Amino acid sequence: MNFLYYLSDGIIPFIFIIIVGYGLLNRINIFDVFVEGAVDGFKTVYKILPTLIGLMAMVGILRISGSLDYLVSLIKPISRITGFPSELLPLTVIKMFSSSAATSLLIDIYKQYGPDSYIGTLASVIMSCSETVFYTMSIYFVTAKVTKTRYTLLGALFATIAGIAASLAIVRIHYKL
Amino acid sequence: MLNKMWGFLIILGICIAAFNGRIGNISTAVIDSSREAVSLCITMLGIMSIWTGLMNIAKKAGIIDSLTRGMMPVLRFLFPGVPKGHKANEYIASNMISNMLGLGWAATPAGLNAMKELKELNGQKSIASADMCTFLIVNISSLQLIPVNIIAYRTQYGSVSPTDIIGMGLLATTVSTLAGVVFSVIARRLAKIRKHT
Repeated sequence: MNFLYYLSDGIIPFIFIIIVGYGLLNRINIFDVFVEGAVDGFKTVYKILPTLIGLMAMVGILRISGSLDYLVSLIKPISRITGFPSELLPLTVIKMFSSSAATSLLIDIYKQYGPDSYIGTLASVIMSCSETVFYTMSIYFVTAKVTKTRYTLLGALFATIAGIAASLAIVRIHYKL
Repeated sequence: MLNKMWGFLIILGICIAAFNGRIGNISTAVIDSSREAVSLCITMLGIMSIWTGLMNIAKKAGIIDSLTRGMMPVLRFLFPGVPKGHKANEYIASNMISNMLGLGWAATPAGLNAMKELKELNGQKSIASADMCTFLIVNISSLQLIPVNIIAYRTQYGSVSPTDIIGMGLLATTVSTLAGVVFSVIARRLAKIRKHT
């Protein structure tokens, strides 16, 4: 698994070198172009901030009330069978519907267990390989006015579950569990 | 749905807090959470802007265009129903590349255009074509090179090495995309066989 570490360390510098080098070779005013593009990052964050405030406040209330602990202990049997931590089950399910709601739960997990713990690492890997299945499907099919979606949902869920299973296996190997 | 759920969960949370004798902690929780959302977004502003700035250079230097062109052989394999040189190819490729590079706002318009073209190829029917199913399954299985926002969240919550998860994430996302591709190819074949018998 060592090569994954080299990959993690090396990929961002590699992308920088390729893009900046290529830009210089093509005689582009790279810094001006960079600044122009950075505004898009601002816009993206600006747009999600209100959503995130609303959802994080909700998760904050649920956390302090003890409801999240009830939920986790309620689904404990599932994790005993599958080896999948019950702390992460709500996050994984919510991610299929709403990205911002999942972010709020992810933050809650980072605060409870720390981002570098087993749970925190697994949550990070799952979040980086899964998509909002139901949200994306509804946007695309509603826009295209397609009502019969055939095997799309089944395939999307299959891919998502394969990703989650892979995450679990990879992180367990990483922590030598 | 989110509207009702949000309201329901807030009321539920407050009731359970009252039951557990923690009603006094609610206001602090709300204030802390909203402040945290803001400071999280400040961390994200930095990392996101670096990334989108860099990607703008990639776009202007023609890297994204050549990546899109490089996708064509893959598209021939995944979307046999789309003729060579058809506009749908371009939209699908640019949607996939944008998703891979974590440029969600650039991916969605291209993806919606791709769906429109695919629908036209399918004779404007209201039932999804095999190409549409493949497109959405692969799209949702989301091959992502760098999970920029996850790295930002990890940074904000004190990770010693926020980028450590890139390699593991890349491996997992490859597995999910391969699973999606295999599923789509098999499902397309099965559907064809069923039609003929």
